[in-house]
Amino acid sequence: MEKRVTFASWTIGILFAVPQLLLIFTFFYWPAGQAVYWSLTLQQPWGGGNIWVGLDNFRSILANAVYWNSITASLVFAGISTGLAMFVALVLAALTDRQLAGSRFYRVVLIWPYGIAAPALAMAFRFILAPEAGFMAVVNQVWPGFWDPGLDGADAMASIIIAFSWKYVGYNFIFFLAAFQAIPRSLIEAAAMDGSGVMRRFWDIQFPLITPTIFFLLVINITESFQDSFGIVDIMTSGGPANATNLMVYKIYSDGFKGLDYSGAAAQSIILMLLIVVLTIFQFRFIERRVHYR
Amino acid sequence: MASIAIRGVKKNYAKTQVVHGVDLDFASGEFVVILGPSGCGKSTLLRMIAGLEEISDGTIAIDGTVVNKLEPRERGCAMVFQNYALYPHMSVAQNIGYSLKVAGVPSAERNQRIQAVARTLELEHLLDRKPMALSGGQRQRVAMGRAMIREPKVFLFDEPLSNLDAKLRVQMRSEIRKLHRRLNATSVFVTHDQVEAMTLADRLVVMNGGRVEQVGTPGEIYTRPASRFVATFVGAPAMNILEGTVELDGLSLLGGSRRLAVARAGLPVGTKVAMGIRPEAVRLVAPGTAGALNATVDLVEELGAGRVIYVDLDGAPFSVMTSEAVHHEPGSTVGLKISPDDMHFFSSETGTRLDVFKASVPEPAL
Repeated sequence: MEKRVTFASWTIGILFAVPQLLLIFTFFYWPAGQAVYWSLTLQQPWGGGNIWVGLDNFRSILANAVYWNSITASLVFAGISTGLAMFVALVLAALTDRQLAGSRFYRVVLIWPYGIAAPALAMAFRFILAPEAGFMAVVNQVWPGFWDPGLDGADAMASIIIAFSWKYVGYNFIFFLAAFQAIPRSLIEAAAMDGSGVMRRFWDIQFPLITPTIFFLLVINITESFQDSFGIVDIMTSGGPANATNLMVYKIYSDGFKGLDYSGAAAQSIILMLLIVVLTIFQFRFIERRVHYR
Repeated sequence: MASIAIRGVKKNYAKTQVVHGVDLDFASGEFVVILGPSGCGKSTLLRMIAGLEEISDGTIAIDGTVVNKLEPRERGCAMVFQNYALYPHMSVAQNIGYSLKVAGVPSAERNQRIQAVARTLELEHLLDRKPMALSGGQRQRVAMGRAMIREPKVFLFDEPLSNLDAKLRVQMRSEIRKLHRRLNATSVFVTHDQVEAMTLADRLVVMNGGRVEQVGTPGEIYTRPASRFVATFVGAPAMNILEGTVELDGLSLLGGSRRLAVARAGLPVGTKVAMGIRPEAVRLVAPGTAGALNATVDLVEELGAGRVIYVDLDGAPFSVMTSEAVHHEPGSTVGLKISPDDMHFFSSETGTRLDVFKASVPEPAL
């Protein structure tokens, strides 16, 4: 039986919970409630209250091809960047766990990228991936017109995926490494005695035992790729070219604060929220079954 | 079945050396127990045989083949780990059959062999369970099964019983012994538990501080310990050691307060020695009996079948084991009778056994 601390009276327990409840209410439920309210109304152009329009905002958004394009772009971005960030981090963590030469050095170095603010790293990658100077300019010299995120939507998408993945490789790496190190050394040794080679051990022993971490990171990475991508998109592509990188979270911002369509933006943020909720439920329902908890 | 030859094996971690040159030969089919306190290098030696630890210097040969550079899987050894190291995500059957799966044994044959091993170890009803759902003794059995199924040339045991409770340990001990008698594979068993070591071993290797102190049958080790360390490490309660100095007419013990008349064969006067006597070799007599040492009782430990009496011998602790049903009150005086044949002598400086003394009857101090 798990031991729990219980309070003699209700009031003490509630008093302990109050600061947290206040924070959640102020910064989550209240804004979310406001967004729901706005999404069901229309703002007057010169102020003076909202007009109730029911689901009209949702209808007009979902009838708009540009919005569907934005959903597609977001899904592509989420899928590829999550896959890339997790795969690279997994490989690096597996190598570090084997204590190869220099592992202590890159254990530290790989954690840094997560500490960099999205706009700063986006700025850096804007320079790194610029078509007119640096490495990509050399590639363009060899194959003219090969790389131009300013003109080619696919190139632009690739740019923001690279920048986002780079940041999350560090984050994922920490968790993967911790998961690998939590596997008792003797299990690996037992598998070695059983005749299993390095790769076989990875797939038969280590991989199944880190599935809880893989699952956790999958949920976090997908959720974050829908939400944390704003800074990178804003600095690197501003949603262009031709809406190729106009991810849902960026479109909410540009429609709301640049287009001044608060109601439409509010409706979009409700849809984004629902999408993430549905994806998360899906993951818990269908992927978690394959996770081995110890 | 395979013989193991260990030649001048050393192990260094960075700058510290933990095994300082070990030479050992294990015959084919032998059950060898390596006994020593924690940190003596016994597990490291075992892991070097297994291939889990690199050999810094020297060679280890299994069946005449030097295995220094071979991967664990190429050495034909199976190992039972202290914490069992069962794969938590696999069922008992998968755990036992993993080595066969890796080796590419077809599943029909694999299942047959898993069943056979499970039958031997009485695990048949547990094959579908995960290790989490097993008791300590069952996990231990699964770990044994995982080692057995490969029909290895050499069994390596790394303190496999230390996580079990006392009763289960005794039971598993006899099962390991029976198993060895049936499979007759060369077995190397590492432990710090001397009872385990004495009961299991064909031959016992006592290690201390990265060196081999003595190799011999359990009987030899008990009756003729080669060093002071072995003398005090093997046997419970530990052998009593009294420091003394060689004098013209014998030995002066405990800083001169007790004297022992022994023939001094070849040692110069003034040499410091340690006299050892096992608690079970001391006889309790009435105080003042001729040839007995008088001592004060400190503490009596009741063992049921017998009792250990801790006495004070002029400030030196001394223990006596007796099966006599005599009650001794703490503070009372008893006489200790020591037969010269039961005495062991060790050099005070090096701790090695000295057989130069021919002891005669001890005389009480005046």
